[in-house]
Amino acid sequence: MSDLTKLSLEAALAGLKAREFSSVEITKAHIDACMDAADLNAFVTTDFTNAMKSAESSDAKLAKGEGGALEGAPLGIKDLFCTEGVKTTAGSKILGDFTPQYESTVTANMKADGMVMLGKLNLDEFAMGSSNETSYYGSVINPWRKDEDLVPGGSSGGSASAVAANICLGATATDTGGSIRQPASFTGTTGIKPTYGRCSRWGVVAFASSLDQAGPITRTVKDSAIMLQSMAGYDAKDSTSINKELPDFAAACDKGVKGMKIGIPKEYTMDGMPKEIEDLWQQGIKWLEECGAEIVHVSLPHTKYALPAYYIVAPAEASSNLARYDGMRYGERVEGDNLYDTYERTRAEGFGKEVRRRIMMGTYVLSAGYYDAYYLQAQKVRTKIADDFKRAWEKCDALLTPTCPSAAFAVGREVNDPVTMYLNDIFTVTANLAGLPAMSVPAALDNNGLPLGLQIIGRALDEETVFAASSALEKCAEFTAKPEKWWV
Amino acid sequence: MSEDNSGVTAETVKKIARLSRLHVEPDRLEFLADEMNGLLAWIEQLGEVDVTGVEPMTSAVEMAAPMRKDEITDGGVRDKVLANAPKTEAGYFVVPRSVE
Amino acid sequence: MFTAKRVADKKDWLSGRDHDWEIILGLEIHAQVASNSKLFSGAATEFGAEPNTQVSLVDAAMPGMLPVVNAFCIEQAVRTGLGLNAQINLYSRFDRKNYFYPDLPQGYQISQFEFPIVGEGEIEITPESKNGDGEPCIVGIERLHLEQDAGKSIHDLSPDETYVDLNRSGVCLMEIVSKPDMRTPEEASAYVEKIRGIVRALGTCDGDMEKGNLRADVNVSVRKPGGELGTRCEIKNVNSMRFIRQAINYEARRQIDILEAGGEIHQETRLFDNKKGETRSMRSKEDAHDYRYFPDPDLLPIKITDKYIDDIRADMPELPDARAARFVEQYGIPAYDAAILTDDKAKGDFYERLVSTGAKSRDAKIAANWMMGDLFGALNKASIDLDDSPVNSDGLGGLLDLIGDKTISGKIAKDVFEKMFEGGAKTKESAGEIVERDGLKQVTDTGAIEKMVQDVIDANADQAAKVADNPRLIGFFVGQVMKASGGKANPQAVNEILRKKLGL
Repeated sequence: MSDLTKLSLEAALAGLKAREFSSVEITKAHIDACMDAADLNAFVTTDFTNAMKSAESSDAKLAKGEGGALEGAPLGIKDLFCTEGVKTTAGSKILGDFTPQYESTVTANMKADGMVMLGKLNLDEFAMGSSNETSYYGSVINPWRKDEDLVPGGSSGGSASAVAANICLGATATDTGGSIRQPASFTGTTGIKPTYGRCSRWGVVAFASSLDQAGPITRTVKDSAIMLQSMAGYDAKDSTSINKELPDFAAACDKGVKGMKIGIPKEYTMDGMPKEIEDLWQQGIKWLEECGAEIVHVSLPHTKYALPAYYIVAPAEASSNLARYDGMRYGERVEGDNLYDTYERTRAEGFGKEVRRRIMMGTYVLSAGYYDAYYLQAQKVRTKIADDFKRAWEKCDALLTPTCPSAAFAVGREVNDPVTMYLNDIFTVTANLAGLPAMSVPAALDNNGLPLGLQIIGRALDEETVFAASSALEKCAEFTAKPEKWWV
Repeated sequence: MSEDNSGVTAETVKKIARLSRLHVEPDRLEFLADEMNGLLAWIEQLGEVDVTGVEPMTSAVEMAAPMRKDEITDGGVRDKVLANAPKTEAGYFVVPRSVE
Repeated sequence: MFTAKRVADKKDWLSGRDHDWEIILGLEIHAQVASNSKLFSGAATEFGAEPNTQVSLVDAAMPGMLPVVNAFCIEQAVRTGLGLNAQINLYSRFDRKNYFYPDLPQGYQISQFEFPIVGEGEIEITPESKNGDGEPCIVGIERLHLEQDAGKSIHDLSPDETYVDLNRSGVCLMEIVSKPDMRTPEEASAYVEKIRGIVRALGTCDGDMEKGNLRADVNVSVRKPGGELGTRCEIKNVNSMRFIRQAINYEARRQIDILEAGGEIHQETRLFDNKKGETRSMRSKEDAHDYRYFPDPDLLPIKITDKYIDDIRADMPELPDARAARFVEQYGIPAYDAAILTDDKAKGDFYERLVSTGAKSRDAKIAANWMMGDLFGALNKASIDLDDSPVNSDGLGGLLDLIGDKTISGKIAKDVFEKMFEGGAKTKESAGEIVERDGLKQVTDTGAIEKMVQDVIDANADQAAKVADNPRLIGFFVGQVMKASGGKANPQAVNEILRKKLGL
């Protein structure tokens, strides 16, 4: 039998359905791979015993010709999704051994479709970070390396690393400012943040409610389409969930880009950005042109304000969303001299440095006398950014940009300079602020042999165009490189 | 952009930390003030944007709140509610005394 | 309109050392919406359940839990807003009010800050005054907004810990904020009574103050009559009409004492201690509140249409003011009586049953007098709610019928009423049964009355001689005859026969 961990999700599902191999076999293969890859630190919690049980029950269904869209496929879940009976940490100490008594809507959808959950994947604490170095459970290591350990990006670093290292067929992730696309770009994987409201936020630990969106990280565009189809859908328990029928995402992958208008926003560049990223962008333009797309040049003039606006809005919402972690009803309580002291110590010891920094910033920008100057101003700038996109959609159907201004960097390199770290998200954060679907596709290796991604941004609710354009890029790029398996 | 140009002081950090219920050692206040000022200096550029007549965007979905019927569909799950509590007694959460 | 700039009547000023003082009062009423489930979750709102049994994972603020608005609560807010003659806002929004407290699981309360669902309105109140009829006055409504209630902290189950029950966490409250338009404790309690009457008539809140389903916070300040407004203190959770008056009287005097001693009032929240009849400071060391309100990103704006409002308006029950006007028109009772009989839905319903059911239609004025006098007096004395009255409308109606057909006199009726009230729900004896049992039937037999009259005249020959000069002496004779009959003689017949016999 060929190595079952090297299959795409699409191929694995087909093989399972055709009974070429069993779920137990492919699950076992992945469990072995997971155990071999402990050095990557991709998992916070593994749940192999239950995974094998799920695999057995999937096999029973498959044997009867039954089973859902993900039946028998071993997948990983970012440890931000609450999973019933399985410890959920959000990468933070403060949650302690918190074990949800409920299942997030997204993972419930996937379980209903037959997923085999291998475990909970590491992440930046409360999804705050771009390198997966803020996790209380330690840094995740990128399977791609160049003389030294590299970060996998963040916050969905565990998801990206696991998919790149072939230890999960695919993984759920979440994206508040780029947390799916930036790690995908850093690890040579594919990931989509769908339109805000496509995936229910119910049961997903909140970072910034108006920006958070779940999505998949996978090996191929089609795999993302298959996973998103299962994850997404209307949920009455989330007031911001969109009540619209889902299109057939996988079918959209085969639509092609003939006649499609692809916008190139001139502002998606940055001082000091490596020339090879600039070149890759030009290459991407050529590829899409060759596939029959029409290239138009557009301007999104407020792009440079997106990141500062994000660093007001996201911390503000986070400062409030994280108030519930107080050691009173769940999580780790650090007893103090009195109630007040207990609050302060529980939270100071339970949250890591980056989370504390953002809570403080968020509290500050919402506090009396500063609300208008910071929060309100940022929300108005957000409107301007969304308006930029609306104007662009008059000229084009999707936008092509680089995903990130750099390739993966060394562990520990940027961790002490917040602004440098934040600049990782400069090209991804706009889609969050405007609520648009956006996907990163691995397109090339840089001079150091590290993967680089290109990003497609689409109109709200138009994931189909995003999948079509991303598929076209994927075909042209023929990105097949895999990291050398150094960790075994 | 902010009203006073003196920026964040150690005193401000102390106040913000209190509001956030985060214990900060006194010798860290200055450092944190500097750090916040660094971030704020970068954020200040937002002030350049002319937002006259622009509505603030509070959600990425342009719809009104969906509403549910007034039906009892939940509750009665005390075990689940208390399952992860650091301390409980007789069906209550037990917390440090909140009055003197 | 009398609002804002209104200066209290001189008789309501409080005397001071150098000059008089005027009290300025504004109220915040929290009224629990009479919904089955909570504002943002499907957990029940029933009072008195075992701790934490009416709590959903949303109410306990578990990670990743999200609120969804209860449509019924929005509807009740609009309905109440219409009852307050207030502006209904087509666009409103929920904001987060951030603060830490163990019975506030989310670390923020979802409330409406910048865009409340109901804006300005006004209502007319008729405060009771010492000499009977009160002058009506207008109280402005600032706003009505929706918010979540917090859970309950219990401090007496352990000496060094607090127990938290989240059953109330997330229950929907309407906060009704008045303008600072009231000037006396009586106006304040009449205002609460009025609001209570309106929400009960509308069915939007049961108005039960004992269960805390309707509670009032009172903002009190004092000023030189007509002068600059003073600094106000907020008195929390004053949960009866009597306590409201008591708390205001205490607090106003406290503030005056401070000011007259050369001190100043600090804006603060104070708690009313109903055992001592005092207010005391709730100030704690960590009082630096900064609620950092911002729009709740988990919720979208509430948008309603004119049609939605019109549909609710079309479905509105009769409100106290309209009912009072109708009572004056339909039953011919004085406006003051009508106001009292309609300030609460239960009273109006009782009255209407009383006057319009039964075999014959009853005298509306007599019915009103009986309710407001004897019935309310007895209920008040016994601290019983009208809903639990031992004498129901049928019982009182039966009594009125006996008066109406002259079976008993009004005076005997009062005794019968007392017996009915005391026997109450236990014996359920009707007026007729009591009259029969105790032989209280009015004597209408003219012959018998004539004999009694003659006996009295004979026994008081001196007085009888003076009647011609002093006709008012007839009262004396009526009294004597009634006494002789044990109160059972028909007073009208006694009067007629006396006049005839005395030659008047």
